[in-house]
Amino acid sequence: MFGDYSISDLGAILAMQGFAGLILFSVYVLMALGLAIIFGQMGVINMAHGEFMILGAYVTWMTSNAVQHTAPWLFPGYFFIAMILAFIASGALGMLVEWALIRHLYKRPLDTLLATWGLSLILQQAYRSIFGAREVGVELPEWMMGSWQATDAIQIPINGMFVMGLTILITIVVFYILFWSSWGKQVRAVVQNRVMAGAVGINTEKVDRYTFGLGCGIAGIAGSAFTMIGSTGPTAGQLYIVDTFLVVVFGGAASLFGTIASAFSISQTQSTLEFFLSGSMAKVITLLTIVAILMVRPQGLFALKVRK
Amino acid sequence: MSDETKPGLKSPLRRKLLMGMAALPAVSMLGRPAFADVPATSAVNTTGLAVTDSEVTVGILHSVTGTMAISETGSVEAEKLAIEQINAAGGVLGRKIKFIQEDGASDWPTFAEKAKKLLVNDKCAAVMGCWTSASRKAVLPVFEQYNGMLYYPTFYEGLEQSKNVIYTGQEATQQIIAGLDWVNKTKGAKSFYLLGSDYIWPRTSNKIARKHIENHLQGCKVVGEEYFPLGSTQFNSVINKIKLTKPDVIYAIIVGGSNVAFYKQLKAAGIDLSKQTLLTISVTEDEIDGIGGENIAGAYACMKYFQSLDNPNNKTFVPAFKKMWGEKTVIGDVTQAAYLGPWLWKLTVEKAQSFDIDKIAAASPGVEFKGAPEGYVRIHENHHLWSKTRVGRAKADGQYELIYETADLVEPDPFPKGYQ
Repeated sequence: MFGDYSISDLGAILAMQGFAGLILFSVYVLMALGLAIIFGQMGVINMAHGEFMILGAYVTWMTSNAVQHTAPWLFPGYFFIAMILAFIASGALGMLVEWALIRHLYKRPLDTLLATWGLSLILQQAYRSIFGAREVGVELPEWMMGSWQATDAIQIPINGMFVMGLTILITIVVFYILFWSSWGKQVRAVVQNRVMAGAVGINTEKVDRYTFGLGCGIAGIAGSAFTMIGSTGPTAGQLYIVDTFLVVVFGGAASLFGTIASAFSISQTQSTLEFFLSGSMAKVITLLTIVAILMVRPQGLFALKVRK
Repeated sequence: MSDETKPGLKSPLRRKLLMGMAALPAVSMLGRPAFADVPATSAVNTTGLAVTDSEVTVGILHSVTGTMAISETGSVEAEKLAIEQINAAGGVLGRKIKFIQEDGASDWPTFAEKAKKLLVNDKCAAVMGCWTSASRKAVLPVFEQYNGMLYYPTFYEGLEQSKNVIYTGQEATQQIIAGLDWVNKTKGAKSFYLLGSDYIWPRTSNKIARKHIENHLQGCKVVGEEYFPLGSTQFNSVINKIKLTKPDVIYAIIVGGSNVAFYKQLKAAGIDLSKQTLLTISVTEDEIDGIGGENIAGAYACMKYFQSLDNPNNKTFVPAFKKMWGEKTVIGDVTQAAYLGPWLWKLTVEKAQSFDIDKIAAASPGVEFKGAPEGYVRIHENHHLWSKTRVGRAKADGQYELIYETADLVEPDPFPKGYQ
């Protein structure tokens, strides 16, 4: 297939394809990080994860409209405000949901699965009633559109680089919170031994609530960022949920490193295969490979060693 | 065309006059039907449909919840507008249309169940509904078994024909061939890259497109053909392949949320649609709302209706639609086709002088609707519509600018020879 093309052409495509893979990697990490925290640290299967993302997208859309009408001079930078608001909105909704629904269902994973599935349907219909059934178009500032002309033949999407930068930043923050801050120590203590953690004076209920809120808040930021590359509609969250779970489960449920490693391997496989085969075939082969690996390693790529 | 011959959209003044005239006899002859020439129910309804002396019941069957609600909302709105306008103009055979709306909930078995309910329990005289081919395939056996009449609005892949369905959208050859001929002739396009979402409509359509390109267009070739699972949001790899193969035309049949992702990523990857020709048959004004006009400006779409069409029918239709559903709503190809449903049914009933399904099915061929917003349409023997095919170019404000239209109506050909 490459016979007709010059070396420089192929080099340029190779570079752009490399970036395409890295962008897909960032997208996967960003959408899976929130779920990895909730699923990995708390053992809650949150089927409504996609809807928390879309809440972030709708917040971005509302912010965009509000800024355009009230303070047009702010428009070039509105996206940063929107992401903060998205984090707050999704995080707050997450804490509310934890308080009203999830905390009654700890230790009943199958019931949480059903309950959060129901929640996702409720949220979808709520979005439809509030924002209308049609998709909304989120307008972006001019500088975030288009591509960066690296050389004559190499163009890199600016929004892709933006997502990459954002993913790196959020990953660092999450690792800092969970592994260096004292609150993170409390979270990990609760994960390892809830009773003991309570006995040494950790307010486990509060830790649960904030952990869930953090996971949902990150989903909100992801949703906000994805308005640049995807659609915003009542059911758009469903587009992400399968890939998100795939990344988290394949990585090993309780490991954040695993999530990142799994996002990397899935995205590289996917984008390379997509280039040489077609879109549908790439997906099929990626899924088959994952299933095969999970048959050999049911605990995922990186599993915490626990005593059986 | 002259105002007098239009059975469809009348000027507001004319409609007021009609309503006034309709009210006069109603006052003087209480208890009698409002129109002097209203035929007796026993004569026009011999099969027990929901028709009374003053009312006739039809069904509306679309998804207002679930994934497809995004697309089907416009169709529901158009059908309700048409019904309201028909009622304001005196109804059908002197009877007001009452509608029962059911929700298919984006779930094909639900569509079949609700279709059965509308036909068996409610005895609907006609049903306007369905959007995806999957939902139509699910209800088709129901309509054939219980002898109902379905007016189906979406452009679709063809390969179907039923006594019990009137297809008010275009079938694939109507929509595809004229567009390919146009892009070949005016843009000198020789190489095509075919893209689509992975299900029956894009695959069948691209098959027709490929046959036409390879067999009927001189020296043209397909340099790539690819499909993506419904809901895909990542297109960077295929965009790189497009950059490598440099096709004259990107021919895209991507639907749903994927559409938004595709056009946003195309723009972000530096493909400038003012230089790269892109022809689509799946993006109407409705979809542009979600994609954002600035992301798709410059692309060409080939279908039969654009909101911006400049003809007298459309100039009354668009304001009427916006008055009923809000200034910001847009009207896409399928929405317009959905609007045709109730009108075509009314005209057919009046031609047949009967609500009986068999008589309507037989009377349908030849029924013409001069008030169609797209211009003039006529029902073919095969229950599809003769219609013009048009090419429009997307502008940043989310509207299409008409670039080309076929000189004559294009014949519907749901089973095209040499294209299967």
